[in-house]
Amino acid sequence: MHPVLKLVAQRIALGLLLLLAVSVVIFAGTEALPGDVASAILGQSATPEALANLRDKLGLNEPALYRYFSWLGGVLTGDLGTALTNGQDIAQAIGQRLGNTIFLAACAAVISVPLAILLGLVAARYAGRWPDKLISGITLSTISLPEFVAAYFVIYLLTQLIPIFNPVAMVFPGMGFWEKLHAVALPVIVLVLVVLAHMMRMTRAAILNVMQSAYIETAELKGLSPMQVIWKHAFPNAIAPIVSVVVLNLAYLVVGVVVVEVVFSYNALGQYLVDHVSKRDLPVVQAVGLIFAAVYIGLNILADVISIVANPRLRHPK
Amino acid sequence: MPETLLEIKNLKIEATSYPPGEPPRHVTLVEDVSVSVEKGKVLGLIGESGAGKSTIGLSAMAYGRGGVRLTGGQILLNGRDIRQAGAGALRALRGREVTYVAQSAAAAFNPARRLMEQVIETSLSHGLMSKAEAEARAKSLFAQLGLPNPDTFGERYPHQVSGGQLQRAMTAMALCPKPDLVIFDEPTTALDVTTQIDVLAAIKRAIHETGVAALYITHDLAVVAQVADDILVLRHGKKVEYGTTDQIINTPREDYTRALVSVRSIDHAEKGPAAPVLSVANVTARYRGTNFDVLKNVTVDLAPGQTLAVVGESGSGKSTLARAITGLLPPGQGRITFAGRTLSADLAGRTKDDLRELQMIYQMADTAMNPRQTVGTIIGRPLEFYFGLKGEAKRKRLQELLEQIEMGKGYENRYPAELSGGQKQRVCIARALAAKPKLIICDEVTSALDPLVADGILKLLLNLQAQEGVAYLFITHDLATVRAIADRIAVMFKGQVVRYGQKSDVLAPPFDDYTDLLLSSVPEMRLGWLEQVLAHRKMESAGN
Repeated sequence: MHPVLKLVAQRIALGLLLLLAVSVVIFAGTEALPGDVASAILGQSATPEALANLRDKLGLNEPALYRYFSWLGGVLTGDLGTALTNGQDIAQAIGQRLGNTIFLAACAAVISVPLAILLGLVAARYAGRWPDKLISGITLSTISLPEFVAAYFVIYLLTQLIPIFNPVAMVFPGMGFWEKLHAVALPVIVLVLVVLAHMMRMTRAAILNVMQSAYIETAELKGLSPMQVIWKHAFPNAIAPIVSVVVLNLAYLVVGVVVVEVVFSYNALGQYLVDHVSKRDLPVVQAVGLIFAAVYIGLNILADVISIVANPRLRHPK
Repeated sequence: MPETLLEIKNLKIEATSYPPGEPPRHVTLVEDVSVSVEKGKVLGLIGESGAGKSTIGLSAMAYGRGGVRLTGGQILLNGRDIRQAGAGALRALRGREVTYVAQSAAAAFNPARRLMEQVIETSLSHGLMSKAEAEARAKSLFAQLGLPNPDTFGERYPHQVSGGQLQRAMTAMALCPKPDLVIFDEPTTALDVTTQIDVLAAIKRAIHETGVAALYITHDLAVVAQVADDILVLRHGKKVEYGTTDQIINTPREDYTRALVSVRSIDHAEKGPAAPVLSVANVTARYRGTNFDVLKNVTVDLAPGQTLAVVGESGSGKSTLARAITGLLPPGQGRITFAGRTLSADLAGRTKDDLRELQMIYQMADTAMNPRQTVGTIIGRPLEFYFGLKGEAKRKRLQELLEQIEMGKGYENRYPAELSGGQKQRVCIARALAAKPKLIICDEVTSALDPLVADGILKLLLNLQAQEGVAYLFITHDLATVRAIADRIAVMFKGQVVRYGQKSDVLAPPFDDYTDLLLSSVPEMRLGWLEQVLAHRKMESAGN
């Protein structure tokens, strides 16, 4: 078996194991909270008899281990249970919102990742000179701004001063692709501003680190232009650290954007989670938590795999 | 009428260094150097490290490393002063008219790209040839330089070929765009002596067949004598002597050149066999997680106050033997007896006296010392640790040690960064000596040093041996060093001792094949040596 395949298989197996461990932690965490689903449903004034009845009905008297495995079995077969607050099927409710979340994250990623890497390369090319300082200055100020401040600023700018977008990013099923794109433009701009700096700075640092290598001098002595040196000789050797930071930011775009969702009334997973946390709807919290964990782990496996494949020593063993 | 290709007139090169916490310092690296190279000729630049030879070499591409600036004089390439050329003109010149072969090809090739892409890159980026033409030329250069499978060699990545092959590939890369001038910057220094001779021959043949001119930079006069037409001897950035190779080697005018030519002046009488202080018996060892023996049934003895030289090329197991003796790599089989007692195979099982009596000095004095400790702390540590010395007693002993290594007062407060390469190695010797050891393992301790400095270290080691009666296990790939200091020699090849005995026996014929190869590969300071050896080898292989 090719060593790369073996390494990749190992990473994926480890990732699955990690996900299993996370599922235990999520289940144990919700178990450890005071009160249970029955008391959450019936409220504080419930009689002990009513509580006992409901617990029996919901299967809460079974041992925790048994309940964990029946929950896990449900998850594996696509059954995430029903929400306590409205009796809706969780899988169905999540399905549409997850689609919205991923649409927003993908739009932000498609713009921010290439832009950040390009800016990073330019900053590395002019390290210590004004283009570098300008890029660093702008991206650092946008990351320093709290998301909601950036959001209100962008809303003011692009709906009041130059009214080209709608401040509310409502998307409905049945909207056309371009319509949707127009609707999410503002949150996408905010998210791009938020994630740009981190990826840009890592690209710059990784490139500058590689620029110390002897083979960069070789490339310079070949008479290549500075941008050719960076793109052809430095960048291929800086992929691993850049990818690991890019992936962390992608994960953030999926799981960490609840504030932006709220500001723009965007109906996605983050808002759904926060709503149900405040209502103590534990099955929903568990399900969304597990999905977020899977996104994190999955993206990090992807980063590992890209780093492995980008390493010629692993790709082409002796 | 020979045509002048490169003419350097009154070159001055300066640099600015920024020591932390101090004002910037301006240093003059090269001053008032003038040389010229005719088309198709080879100029050798020779000197110790810091002599400015690489700096002058790179100036032929108008390139300065780090903060290096070409501040004065003229660098005329094909009659044009490239010191005045703009960035665009320089890019057009680099990689096309002048190309560069670095000392460590392993570091100078981009690990992420195939060899062929890198070899033909300049030919394409300067628009000199089509891709097919460039590849065809690269393949013919691979063949010319004696690389294996020239048609498919370029498909490999740098890590997939050996160091000697990479050095040849780098030569091919430099020759591919048909330059007027190639700068060879210590191209064989990092190679084993047996590999060096092949690469040297390949470079010489390629220079000859392509008719390219070259600057050949090295610290090894014997090497440059084989390839250069003229030689410029440099010291501290200034010209010492400039003349034809014949004149420099056979009738040097300056004292410094004479010292370089006659280096290895140490005369060491071999001591006879005696009862051993260290016995290594049938030691076999392998690294964890591998199923390959790096040491196979090694047996050697070393008498008190004597030197056992362990010779071989990289990968022969020399350093692994040192790791087995020091307990860093417990041997799978065999026994190590030291000072009358059997040493525990494992480091953890050794007594404090075992540790004290067996000290080690490394190749890289730089990395063997904590850069944030002063010389006094570094040498004082074993005094405290082994003998519990404090205060005045410790200070006195420290002074003694500093005098023994011929470094006077005031050095105890210096940091390693404030010392020269030779001084750093001396401090490491003092640190080993501080433990009053019976045996010091010296692992390539002079390999990273300039020849004259290395000589000083070897003399010091011999003096200390006479004073203190300490035994040395001296690991080296340099046969000249072996001749200078050894009493006994063990020649290692692929983990085995292939030849072992008193120096006079080991270095006297008849030789086994490997020792013969090793001995005949050491460059000799005379013209025509390379051709002679190669012709001799050809004859022998024809005879077989």
